[in-house]
Amino acid sequence: MSLLTQQRAGLAIALVLLVTLPVWIGNTYYINIASQILLWAILALSLNVLVGWAGLTSLGHAGLFAMAGYTAAMLLDRGYGHFTADVLAIVVTLATTAVFAVLGLRATGIGFLMITLAIGQILWGIAYRWVSLTNGDNGINVSTRPAPFGLALTSAPAFYLAALAVFLIALATMAKFARSPFGASLRGTRDQSRRMTALGYNVWLIRFLAILFSGFWSGVAGLLFIYYNQFIGPQVVALTTSAEALLMVISGGSGTLLGPVVGAAIVVVMKNVVSAYIERWNLVLGVIFILIISFMPEGLVPGSVRLWRAGVRRLRGTQSSSLDPTSAPGPDGRRIPWLRPERTP
Amino acid sequence: MSLWLTLAVNSVALGSLLFLLSSGFSLIFGLMRIPNLMHGSFFMLGAYFGVTLLSKGVNFWISALMSAAAMAAIGGLIERFLLRRLEGQVLPQVLLTLGFAFIIGDLCLMLWTGDPWQPATPDHLRGVVQMAGLYFPVYRLVIVIVALVVAVALWLLVDWTRLGAMIRAGVDDAPIARVVGIKVSQLFTGVFALGAALAAFGGVMGAPYLSVYPGLDFEMLPLALIVVILGGTGSLLGALVGSFLIGFLYNFGQAMLPDLAYVILFLPMLLILVLRPQGLFGRVVS
Repeated sequence: MSLLTQQRAGLAIALVLLVTLPVWIGNTYYINIASQILLWAILALSLNVLVGWAGLTSLGHAGLFAMAGYTAAMLLDRGYGHFTADVLAIVVTLATTAVFAVLGLRATGIGFLMITLAIGQILWGIAYRWVSLTNGDNGINVSTRPAPFGLALTSAPAFYLAALAVFLIALATMAKFARSPFGASLRGTRDQSRRMTALGYNVWLIRFLAILFSGFWSGVAGLLFIYYNQFIGPQVVALTTSAEALLMVISGGSGTLLGPVVGAAIVVVMKNVVSAYIERWNLVLGVIFILIISFMPEGLVPGSVRLWRAGVRRLRGTQSSSLDPTSAPGPDGRRIPWLRPERTP
Repeated sequence: MSLWLTLAVNSVALGSLLFLLSSGFSLIFGLMRIPNLMHGSFFMLGAYFGVTLLSKGVNFWISALMSAAAMAAIGGLIERFLLRRLEGQVLPQVLLTLGFAFIIGDLCLMLWTGDPWQPATPDHLRGVVQMAGLYFPVYRLVIVIVALVVAVALWLLVDWTRLGAMIRAGVDDAPIARVVGIKVSQLFTGVFALGAALAAFGGVMGAPYLSVYPGLDFEMLPLALIVVILGGTGSLLGALVGSFLIGFLYNFGQAMLPDLAYVILFLPMLLILVLRPQGLFGRVVS
């Protein structure tokens, strides 16, 4: 069997397993967790476009995610139909993302991060304090789920399948994006922005479009979120959500296609498990951040492989130089984009 | 006293508190380029230390100084043993400081519960002073005086002393500074500790006025950020002007458009980013 057919067979098996998941899992609780993983994976994938491929770290993505959720929830609350509400929500999110991008791109690196953090906090401030518009701390209820093509999404398996369909479209789009000439030029702006400018590429525009693309999928994830929870409140816009999304991207391995998905699964499962025993999720989140940074900054999956190999080598008594994470290659042989020191201009 | 004057006095007092918070942030983020997302946590933890000491009957000023010293030690340790290993790597530094911010926030919630703590204004700082026929609360004036003293002291330290020259040299060109015998690492740890201490001191000074409650950390962090972006990174004068500007905006916004007060705070920052990204008093880095 050639490598290509092997890959195709693997893909087909994974697809069949995912589609039949409600059947072989059976339990509603676990199906709901799977739905959560899928919707958070879409947010993580969208953030990964910026963190992994554009080299721009955003701490304001919860704002874009919630912008779609809030807009749709408010419109539904005022009696609009699902289709109108969702389309308008995506339009509003794209407009917000455009402003977000124009402001954020006044800087790169640390400046971009701080500006996006501030914008995220503004959106939090609107959600929390502008009570007459957003209902403040009480949030907004979403009474119904949509029924696309006449299929009701009220049951857990039905919602899971709908989320899976959206997730697969997102994943396919991301794969296409990463392989496209545009994706290559985006990685070019990450690695060598000056050289890209010299080659005639409009670095600002490439980054701007990438942010719009990322904002679009954040908005889609936000819509799935309100339909899943049938509620949205200001805690969704809080910095914790942006930080969790960033943790998903980085724990799985940024700049890869499946890393953010694995990261989303890890974070969602961990959050559910931890919350079942103690109410100190923020504490655990903080400790995980510090552990990841200290021991496997390239992500859990590649990091575990590296540490395991180093351990084996040490057992065999040979010298190992790969304990230094910054010298380790990324999952696909490239160096990890976000570990490079910031170059002084 | 008329409403406007009350608002103005409150604005200057809040601006002074913000300066204590953001001058430290200006040193750490603006000067040393460390994205310290736990700066708000320093403020909150310092305030909690302070109110605990106050509730044990310790003198106000001694509480504030002890809290600042404790925070300097904590900040110094984090910088020396964790942040230093990540020198120049922005994202890992962000994640580390964010991780600590979450941990500190949750620990504070665990230790001091979710109820707000508001210590009484110390006895000797109560009352009002009469000036030009108007009455001013003593405590607000004291905050302003403390902030101005700190501002002058920092300005003298950074711009006019040998130590300040060494810090600036370390920031501009660390390898060369090391070659001429400046201990850049120790200096930076010291500056980081100083920034943390200023935040904690500000937290204690603000406690009788703002009270201390969970979530204060992530409320103060964006404020410090706005002030530094407004004023220009690394500029102490910018931090001072920015603090007072935000102090005024917050109080007047609160009085006139209470729903939008928090959002209005960010408008000047957005304007500055569009029109003058280096900030009001920032240098253009070529």
